[in-house]
Order: sequence, then structure tokens, then C-alpha cells
Amino acid sequence: MDTLTKDEATLEQAVELGLLPEEFEKIKEVLGRTPNFTELGIFGIMWSEHCSYKNSIKYLKTLPRTGPHLLVEAGEENAGLVDIGDGLACAFKIESHNHPSAIEPYQGAATGVGGINRDIFTMGARPVAQLNSLRFGSIDEAHTQWLLRGVVKGIGDYGNAFGIPVLGGEVFFDEVYQTNPLVNAMSVGIMDPKDMISAVSYGVGNPVYIVGSATGKDGINGASFASKDMSEESAADLPSVQVGDPFQEKLLLEASLELAKTDAIVGMQDMGAAGITCSTSEMSAVKGFGMRIDLDKVPTRQEGMKPFEILLSESQERMLVVVKKGREKTVEEIFDKWDLHAVQIGEVTEGGILKYYMNGELAAEVPAHDLVLGGGAPVYDREYREPAYFAESKKFSMEDVPVPANLPETAMKLIGRPNIASKRWVYEQYDTMVGTRNMSTNAPSDAGVVNLKGKKSALAVTVDCNARYVHADPKQGTAIAVAEAARNIVCTGGKPSAVTNCLNFGNPYNPEVYWQFVKAIEGMGEACRKFETPVTGGNVSFYNQTVKDGKETVPVFPTPTIGMIGIIADKSKRMTLDFKEKGDLIYLVGESADDLGSSEYLAGICGVRLSPAPQFDLEREYAVQQAVAGLIEEGLINAAHDVSDGGLFTALTEMGIPRRMGFDITSDADVRPDAFLFGEAQSRVVVTVDGDGETKFIEALRETGVPFTLLGHVTRGKMVVDDTHFGFIDDAADVYLNAIGRKMEA
Amino acid sequence: MKFGVVIFPGSNCDEDLIYVLSHIMGCKVERLWHKDRDLKGVDFVMIPGGFSYGDYLRSGAIARFSPVMESVAEHCARGGYAMGICNGFQILCEAGLLPGVLLHNDSQKFICQNVHIKAATSNSALTAGIGSDRALKIPVAHAEGRYFAPTEVLRQLNENEQVLFRYCTPEGRFNKEANINGSLENIAGVMNEGRNVFGMMPHPERAADTELGNTDGKLIFDSLCAAVNLV
Repeated sequence: MDTLTKDEATLEQAVELGLLPEEFEKIKEVLGRTPNFTELGIFGIMWSEHCSYKNSIKYLKTLPRTGPHLLVEAGEENAGLVDIGDGLACAFKIESHNHPSAIEPYQGAATGVGGINRDIFTMGARPVAQLNSLRFGSIDEAHTQWLLRGVVKGIGDYGNAFGIPVLGGEVFFDEVYQTNPLVNAMSVGIMDPKDMISAVSYGVGNPVYIVGSATGKDGINGASFASKDMSEESAADLPSVQVGDPFQEKLLLEASLELAKTDAIVGMQDMGAAGITCSTSEMSAVKGFGMRIDLDKVPTRQEGMKPFEILLSESQERMLVVVKKGREKTVEEIFDKWDLHAVQIGEVTEGGILKYYMNGELAAEVPAHDLVLGGGAPVYDREYREPAYFAESKKFSMEDVPVPANLPETAMKLIGRPNIASKRWVYEQYDTMVGTRNMSTNAPSDAGVVNLKGKKSALAVTVDCNARYVHADPKQGTAIAVAEAARNIVCTGGKPSAVTNCLNFGNPYNPEVYWQFVKAIEGMGEACRKFETPVTGGNVSFYNQTVKDGKETVPVFPTPTIGMIGIIADKSKRMTLDFKEKGDLIYLVGESADDLGSSEYLAGICGVRLSPAPQFDLEREYAVQQAVAGLIEEGLINAAHDVSDGGLFTALTEMGIPRRMGFDITSDADVRPDAFLFGEAQSRVVVTVDGDGETKFIEALRETGVPFTLLGHVTRGKMVVDDTHFGFIDDAADVYLNAIGRKMEA
Repeated sequence: MKFGVVIFPGSNCDEDLIYVLSHIMGCKVERLWHKDRDLKGVDFVMIPGGFSYGDYLRSGAIARFSPVMESVAEHCARGGYAMGICNGFQILCEAGLLPGVLLHNDSQKFICQNVHIKAATSNSALTAGIGSDRALKIPVAHAEGRYFAPTEVLRQLNENEQVLFRYCTPEGRFNKEANINGSLENIAGVMNEGRNVFGMMPHPERAADTELGNTDGKLIFDSLCAAVNLV
């Protein structure tokens, strides 16, 4: 009979680890005794917000999570897996790395990229595209520039060396993110579904291996760190930030994919948050098996690491592999080829108990089921309350804002706003072309397009969320985020397929923050059902808030980032956004509206921070998208670009810049000129048609019943609205393309 | 005629190059593993881009000590063809098979974008079929691509027409604006004196597939295949 290391844990230690007193009681109940310190550490991390989803899972379960094309159910594996036809499956997921990036932007962002890619290739898929969604404070602040430089370099250095192109993303600046930036990274991989590796363990006596990098003291308790408020003291948590090594990750990728081609393994899971603890417990809990793990066999970077340090280390580039007994040699040979560690550290046991030994001594004994989400981890329903600002926002009236005297000047100012201008300074530091699959480099479109070499189809990918809208109205704003993602895919010639989400919110114990969360999930569920895009997984990041002047804490805008994939069935029909020929006719599909709500123009130029979300109707949105999809399918248009941030003027400028062409348009007499040009009312798409195709185009669009208007035509370079000269596209391009670079290199 | 593509740990453009050589150019390709000395009888060794051995010491600095590079050096000494792209160019310079070095970009940042280059000579397998008046649109993706060589070496390069490509504007002009990384005399690629070892920073394999909307890079592979088949 083994004797357990005795050092009984105390309530104070439990609270220190982020557990509630009632959770400490529950642990004692589960074990039938007081846990020792190591066991408490295990529960502390597994029951942390980051690992357990204890404050979110109830609502996440209301999202649509099934569909005929889903190959695994949401939350079942490391990432969602979708059948994309042509004998291929797509594994994809988005994840946050906000807290680490706030205090160490370079490593924080780099390891975020590493972690999300591991989730993809641990399933046996080869990553083919990365996207990221970033939020920072005001770009004029030195602190923001430091964060932006570090995050971009971190993402670039890791992703460029790892060798997966960045195909899309967004960058948004607002003072609510001043000390708490958001760094959300998404990875998309493709595979033969037959090669899928599950995150599962079974078969008594099967050996358990740790592969990849050695384990160090970096990142200990990172998950707990991610589960508490960002504060002035957060920099003291620096040891919670992990250090990334993209070279090891690349080797681990190649070795893992070779492993996927064999039948030597039972299951594999990457070690992200909570390291060995999380991977051993989650894999074991699936089928109710246990494990015996000898922690002293784990290759370590430092001498004398304690059991809890080895268990909780979040050292990067590691995997846990359960090997079929007798096939050890196959596995060892693959890892030897790639010069990586592959060390047996234990075996699968009967019953659901995890036993961790150190030099023959039992350091911890815990039941796997009670540690994990869906098992014994706590589930809470928090109290929520509509915040006062919500009613306040509805009081905004357009009459309070005068129409600017000089519209051309305002237009140039708008396209130079960091939230609207090109993010070229950022994405040119990322390798966007490695893998020779990026079809968007030379043919820009609303969504990124991944070429599926040798197939008729291509994959469209996008990541979207206007958090200002979500703050103004969490339900509608989140529905808009889903709608915009779908619109981007439709405007690229694709059919929306499935969603991954990254839910960035403030402190869930704040009822007003929790209200934002609950409403956001409602809006997301509704929209995802309408577009038939089930949510396959993702992650929740609470406790994001900015400390103002050292005392007042302000939650970040609720930011439920939507990552979406879509399928372009015939890549020869993919659609691009650039104006093609002088004289092509410019049409607006959808309706102009007298609406300035939550636009960049209103917030950034007029200085109105609080106003309602832009007009949006899910049914109308769907109809517009269907109409555009039909036009593309029939080959009736030669460009399509949705109207989103920055409104119609920005959309037209973006269409003109690639070939340096302008536009000559007429506005709508029923709509205020600033709302017509800069308003962000939803469900609008600008399309262009060559003169010969106009009749067929109009016939087809009439049949759909969707409203549309002729705006004008494409010019050689002059930008004209209602006979007023707005400047030349070359000058607009200079402003739009270089605005961020000029701020950063000043 | 058989190509060999060397795979180092950390190479990440190897499969892109293999795809172009085999699927688009229709050539035979062998994969050459860094731990092996056997070049499998290939006629033309390609060293792809990426981050060999993580590029932790200095780009290309460790790769040159690998077993396969000993065989590549012998192959080149015998007059065999070799070409390095991006990290491959850095490795060939580190190995002394090409003159000069590649330093950090003058912006101190990684740069990934389409750039334009013009062939500086038609007296090479790579450029014989291109002509020197056409600006080719080819992507770059590197942090260390600023070509540098001592004055005397540079003089010899020019005298012997060893410069392969120079960065130019889309209209074909050589100026500072076109010189994206601060290379000496806008140099984007060079060859050795024997005219059998080539190196370039831009990635022609990323501009060779009609599905990606740019096939300027294929002209380089066309030229190369046509020239070496005649040998």
C-alpha cells in the first residue's frame, strides 16, 4: 500500500490558489480527506476558470453545437473538426493569450500562436492558415506601441519560423484595452479524416509517453493567472508567462503528423494550460481509465523540480501520448528521427484514479473525473443585471451631431484612423505566403482563401468582431459579429460552414459584465442557427479589464471574437473585392440607412463614445447574403465587398486601392450625407458589374426581392460623390496604407 | 535530370519547392535528409527556405555543418548545380559556396511582400530565358536579407557578371525605394564564379502556380530547366 505525502493543505492555501472556500470543502468531499499541497494545486488549476469553464459552460451549452458536417462534437477533442468535402476535414480553433501578452507581449503572443497550432496538429491535421484578432489601447500611447510591437513580433517570429501563413485578422484600438490588450490566435488545419488522433486514453498497461521539449519552471500556474483580474500587480506574475520555441514546435508538428500515419497510438493531447495535470486527467476521464505517472521520469530543464512544479508547468511544445503496448519502438523511432524527447513516464491503469509518483513516493492521488469539465468540476450560474449605460446609449440622437462642413476632409481623416486604415504595418511582419496556398495575396477578398491543392474547392477563413457594437448592445452586436463573418465568406464566394469563438469579457462576478456575457451568447446562438454555422469550440477569457489612473477598473468591451470557415465549392468562381475596369457599374445590395450608431466616424471623429449598435435585422442580412451568393454563383458580378467599419466610403476606397481606381457615385437624398458615407448600418454589400452584364444582373437581383441601388461607376482614379471631388485614389491609398506605419515609425 | 531538395529540421519551404518542381514543372525530385550524406544521384540540389535548426545562432550558420552539406559542397566542387532560396541562400553563403553575407534588414523587421526584381545578367542557367528588361514580381519573406560583400568581392561580382537579380520598382527602375532590405547595389541574388551555384532571397516557388495569380517565378524555373537540360 502506497503512503501519500502528507503535508495537508489549508483553506488559506486554497484561496491563494484562486479557489473559493466552498470549493475547498467540495475537494475534501470528493477525496474523503484533506488534500495535500500537490493535490490542492491540481484541483486549483483544473477548477480554475481557464480549465473548467465553470462560469460559462451553462450558457455555452445553449449554442448550436451539431450539424451534419461536424466530425466531432464541440468540446470533445482539442479542436473542432468539419467535413469540407473532397475527402478532407478541417480542424480549427481560436484561443486567447491576453493576460500573458499584457505583461510580456512578445512571449505572450508567441506562445499563444504555439498553443493554438498544437491544438490543431495534435489531432493529426497540418495547419495551413493562421488568423489573429488583436485589441489595444490608444495607438498614440507609448505603452500601446510597446505592446503592439511586442505582440506583432511575437506572432511573427513564432509563426514565421513554424512556417504557417497568416491569412487574416483584425486590429482594433480603444482606451478600454489600455492595460489589458486582447490577443486571440486562430489556426486552421486540414487532414484526411481517417488520420484523426483522439485526446483519449484507454487500455490497461498501455504506456504513457511525454514527447517534445523538456519541462521547466516556466509558466507554472499560467491557467490560474489567466483566471484572475488584471491589476497593477500583474507584472509580479511574470513567471506565469511561458517561453516559446517555434523550432521545437516545427519538429513536434512533423513528428506528430508522422505518428498520425501509423496505428501505434491510442491518443494524444497537447500540453497547454495546466500541463501534465490537464492532459493526464482529461485523456483519462473520457473513458474512465486511470494512470500511474512517475514524475521523476519527466525530462526537466532544472534540477530538483518539485512534484507540483512538474505537474503544473506550462512549458511549451510538449505532448502526452498513450501508445499501444508493443508499439513503443515505432513511436520512439519517429521522435528520434526528429531529435525530440519521447520518454515513457507511466501507464494506463484500471479505474479512474490518477496516481503521481516522485522517486517511488506517492505525491498525489486524485480521481480524473472529478477534475474535469463535464465531470466533477464546479458549474455556476452567476447573477446578472442590465447595466445603466445600456438604456443611456439609446438616448443618442443624430440631431446632436452636425453634418461636417467639409465631407472630403472628414473622409480622408476617417480612412486614416488606425481602426479603419490598412493593417499593413502589422501583417507585412508575418509570413503570409509560406505553404503556397494563400490565394488572397494577388487577389484580395473579404475572407482569406486557402488553396486546397489538387482539389476543385478552396477554404475561406475569417475572424470578426466589432466590440464597440457588442458593448453598445451585446446581443445584437454579437449577432452582427457572426453575420459579418458569414458575409465575408459569402462575398468571397464561399458557403459559411462552422464557427469557433473566443469570448473575451471582464470579471464574471460583476453582474453587469455577466449580463454582457449572457446576452452575447444569446445573439451568437440566434445568428449561428440562422447561418447554419455550429460552434465547434473555442475558449473563454474572463477577467479582462483596464486599470485607470491606478484605481478605477474598467472592463474591456465585451469581445466575442468569431472565427469562421467556409467552403468555396468551385475555386474558379471565387470572388474578389477590387474594382476591375474603368466604367464598371457600382451597385449597393441592401439599403442605405440614416444611421450613425457606434460607427468609427461617430466614436472616433465626432467623439460620441456611447450610441446604439448599428441597425441590424437577421432575416434581412440573410436575404442580402443569399442574393450576393446567387450573383457570384451565376457569374454576374466582378467584385464584391461588404460595408462594415468605416461605412460606404471606406468600402469603396478599399475596392479602389488594389488597382488604383476611383469612383463616381450619387448619394441617397433620404439619408444624411455623413450617414450615407460613413454610417455602419449592416447588411450592405457593394458589387460591380460590367456594362454588358447589367441587364442580367438586374433581372437576377429583382427576383431575390432584396433592395438594391445603382451608386455610380468606377473611374480611372478620381473619387467623386454628388459631383464633389473627394480627391484621388493615389492620395487616399497613401493615407490608408501608411497611417499606422507613420505612427509606429515616427 | 533530377532535382534534390534538402530538408533540414526547421526547413519550411521544402514542400512548396517540391510541389512546384514536381507538379508544375513535371520534374523528378528526391528529398535529401540533413543527416544523410547520400545525394541520391541528383543533378541539381535545391536548398529551400525556412529556419534551419531554428536559425538560433545566425541564419544558416548551423546548417552548413550538417552531413548533407558536406556532400553538397563536394557536388558543387565537381561543377554540380545547386541553388539556395532565402534561408538556402543564407546557408550557401555561410558555407562559403557563394560570396557575401546576408545581414538583418535595415528596417530591423521581418518583411513579407511582393517585390520586383530584374535579372542582372542573361549569362546563367537561372536567367538565360528571362531577359534583363522585364521586372518580375516575386515575394520575399525574410528578416535577414540585406546582401553585403566587401568592396573587392563586389567589384569581382560585377566584373564577372555574377549578380543574378537586383530589386527594382514595378516599372523596372533601381532606386532606394525598391531596395526593401538595404542590400548593397539592390542585390537580390548572386552566383559563384563557376556559374553553377545560385542564391536568391526572393521566393520564385511562391509565384509559380496559376491558382495563386502570379507566375513570374515560374519563368525562373522555366529558364533553369531549359538551360540545364541542354548541358
